Amino acid sequence: MKRLGFYMPIALFAGIVVYLAIGLTLDPNKLPSMLIDKPVPEFVLPAIEGFDQGLSSSDLKGKVSLVNIWGSWCVACIIEHPLLMELAKNNTITIYGIDWKDPPGAGAAWLLKEGNPYTLIGDDADGRVAIDFGVTGAPETFIADKDGRIRYKYIGPITPEVWNEIILPIVEELQR
Amino acid sequence: MTFKTVVFLLGGFFILAVGLGGAGAVEPDERLDDPVLEQRAREISQQLRCVVCQNQSIDESDAPLARDLRLIIRERLVEGDNDEQVIGFVVDRYGDFVLLKPPFQADTYLLWFGPFIIFLMGGLLIFYYFRKVLGAIPDGDNSDPGDREK
Repeated sequence: MKRLGFYMPIALFAGIVVYLAIGLTLDPNKLPSMLIDKPVPEFVLPAIEGFDQGLSSSDLKGKVSLVNIWGSWCVACIIEHPLLMELAKNNTITIYGIDWKDPPGAGAAWLLKEGNPYTLIGDDADGRVAIDFGVTGAPETFIADKDGRIRYKYIGPITPEVWNEIILPIVEELQR
Repeated sequence: MTFKTVVFLLGGFFILAVGLGGAGAVEPDERLDDPVLEQRAREISQQLRCVVCQNQSIDESDAPLARDLRLIIRERLVEGDNDEQVIGFVVDRYGDFVLLKPPFQADTYLLWFGPFIIFLMGGLLIFYYFRKVLGAIPDGDNSDPGDREK
């Protein structure tokens, strides 16, 4: 009994330390998405300047796709851009773009300079659709399944490691 | 630094802190003409966390996303939503995390009851500790002085 009274507080303290230490490794900016396993929010977005077609939620049905939230102002978007270009070139997966809060023409000019990986792009100038998606910053990428349901959300630029270790396995599973 | 300078500086900081503390980030063009609705919008915004700068409410944050949310809140109030519906709109998209005051529900019981559980455990430990300490005092000492004569 005496032993227990001595060791229990130490064990309790150690437990709390481990618990809090795990908490420190989590990034508070990576909020879990409320949309997981839910249908994509209904939206119809116009085309960006110089493009004929915009993007609407009904476009996302039929095949597994990525919905990428980006903007010409977004510094981190340029990091993942070469990877998105490669995915588009190899027809690995259909990528849809939502141009978030860009001034008219800015998104189109950026794509002209950097290349366009998107099958369709919607112009979300006032950011309302991004809020329906629960977006906290750009870039953010959603994986939509064949039924147009959101299955995964990745916050931040997709690096080759993120693609190979996190996103590709989910996409392959959904494409089966 | 003389005493006077220190007092002067501290006073200056105090005035700055008080002056800045109350200021929201609401821009004049966002405000509603109806003062009652505007007041409700302010109160709702003060309860919602900005997801960009997470320790500020959207009422205080200068982040563009916070501004968008403030505008949406005002639009919905004008359309006739009640406060719960407006807050629900934001929670549906960003989760319970945006509520600066966590809701009282199954997954937050530990948060709400935790301090009381720890308090109770501490109280029990103290109780048992003192009972043991007091119990360790030899019998003769805490017995009635009158008994000793026997």
